[in-house]
Amino acid sequence: MKLEHKDLLGLEYLSKAEIELILKTAKPFKEIFTRTVKKVPTLRGKTVVLLFYEPSTRTRTSFELAAKRLSADTVNIAISSSAVVKGESLIDTAKTIEAMKADFVIIRHSMSGAAHIIAKTISASVVNAGDGMHEHPTQGLLDMFTIIEKKGKIKGLNIAIIGDILHSRVARSNIWGLNKLGANVFVVGPSTLIPKEIKKMNVEVHYNIAEIIHKLDVVNILRIQKERQQQHLFPSLEEYSELFGINSEKLRNAKSDILIMHPGPMNRGIEISTEVADSKNSVITEQVTNGIAVRMAVLYLLAGGDGGECESFNS
Amino acid sequence: MKLIQKKIIMNEEEMKRTLKRLTHEIIEKSHGIENLVLVGIQTRGVYLAKRISLELKKITKKIVSLGILDITLYRDDVTSISHQPIVKETKIQFDVTGKNVILVDDVLFTGRTIRSAIDEIIDFGRPKTIKLAVLVDRGGRELPIQPDFVGKKFPISKNELICVHLKEIDKIDSVVLKEKR
Repeated sequence: MKLEHKDLLGLEYLSKAEIELILKTAKPFKEIFTRTVKKVPTLRGKTVVLLFYEPSTRTRTSFELAAKRLSADTVNIAISSSAVVKGESLIDTAKTIEAMKADFVIIRHSMSGAAHIIAKTISASVVNAGDGMHEHPTQGLLDMFTIIEKKGKIKGLNIAIIGDILHSRVARSNIWGLNKLGANVFVVGPSTLIPKEIKKMNVEVHYNIAEIIHKLDVVNILRIQKERQQQHLFPSLEEYSELFGINSEKLRNAKSDILIMHPGPMNRGIEISTEVADSKNSVITEQVTNGIAVRMAVLYLLAGGDGGECESFNS
Repeated sequence: MKLIQKKIIMNEEEMKRTLKRLTHEIIEKSHGIENLVLVGIQTRGVYLAKRISLELKKITKKIVSLGILDITLYRDDVTSISHQPIVKETKIQFDVTGKNVILVDDVLFTGRTIRSAIDEIIDFGRPKTIKLAVLVDRGGRELPIQPDFVGKKFPISKNELICVHLKEIDKIDSVVLKEKR
């Protein structure tokens, strides 16, 4: 089994077997974090460029640590200090990076499809770290990894994604991945934040969490982007919190082992209450740790790593 | 490419005896087993290390720590070959510093796996010594690495292959010589 792609652009383009390969490969990487030397020499001499057109701390740091723990060299191109502010186009920036002989480009951009454009332009492996409202594949993968770690499987689980589905690339990557692995996926949120076409992605749409809370195994709570309120998509943060914020009151009828997830950063008291965020059901900090392991697996597999069957060959 | 079986070079009974002898040699050369730890290299080295530890327990009534090492991430050819094993578990739940480590593997060939294993062990700490035990030494070294404990020396050519089968995963205990055609 091998990842037959140069790039990781979205979970839409991966097969079930490929997703499972990444998740299976990520597992042994987690052990490395418990060592005194949290580093293996696998990608020594490779260069990873982190090209972030949107502010990000956790995703960028996670990718950077993943690369460094595989002994790759990393370069950060922060947008405020780059040539982009001087008017350079996306493709020219990509070509410049190519000319610098990077082996991997990790890109985040506010435009959907930005990673695809770069991937077509350059020969380096491109990993999409979030493109507009499209996909954020490694977040989807780390969410699935965390669910499997806690629940032992994904198939047959009832998993709800709650919040701003319309603008969420995390939601889209999760929906693609979870459906491929056989989960029952629900989306919940205000009708203005749930696009009509989402039903085509094979999800069940609800506008009231109380209707389904009792049967859920996992709730993945999305961050409510405060700037959306200016677009009048919901009346007030208070009302959103009242109707869709997950607190212990709303979880009263939930299964006792329901998994609480959040991709971060959290707005405590808005989409999630402090009590729930810090409860024993919450795996939010573990998602962060798992994120590094999953990203290491992605880099390793894109570098040519393979789940081949030639172990009987002597070496 | 096809693999043709040419000869059985060790059967179940012979493997049992060989591992017993290896264990006795390890005890003898280590002057006791107080500071000894066994580390098996994935996949079959892990089971061989386990068997040696059981044998050690039978003889000395003492239990030695057992570790598992997957060297995939320490290979020198990760990005240049088209086939390589999937990353497996590494589990070393004791401090290797000051210990006498015995690395256990099934077949010794080029020595590159052992080079990787030594590098990886050293990232876990500073062992007092590292020694190597293998079931079969097939010759053909590409690095200056030699085993300390050998089950059977069986020099073969480049187009031949030694396959070790162990009951734990292969349902049978045997070492077989095969030829690539």
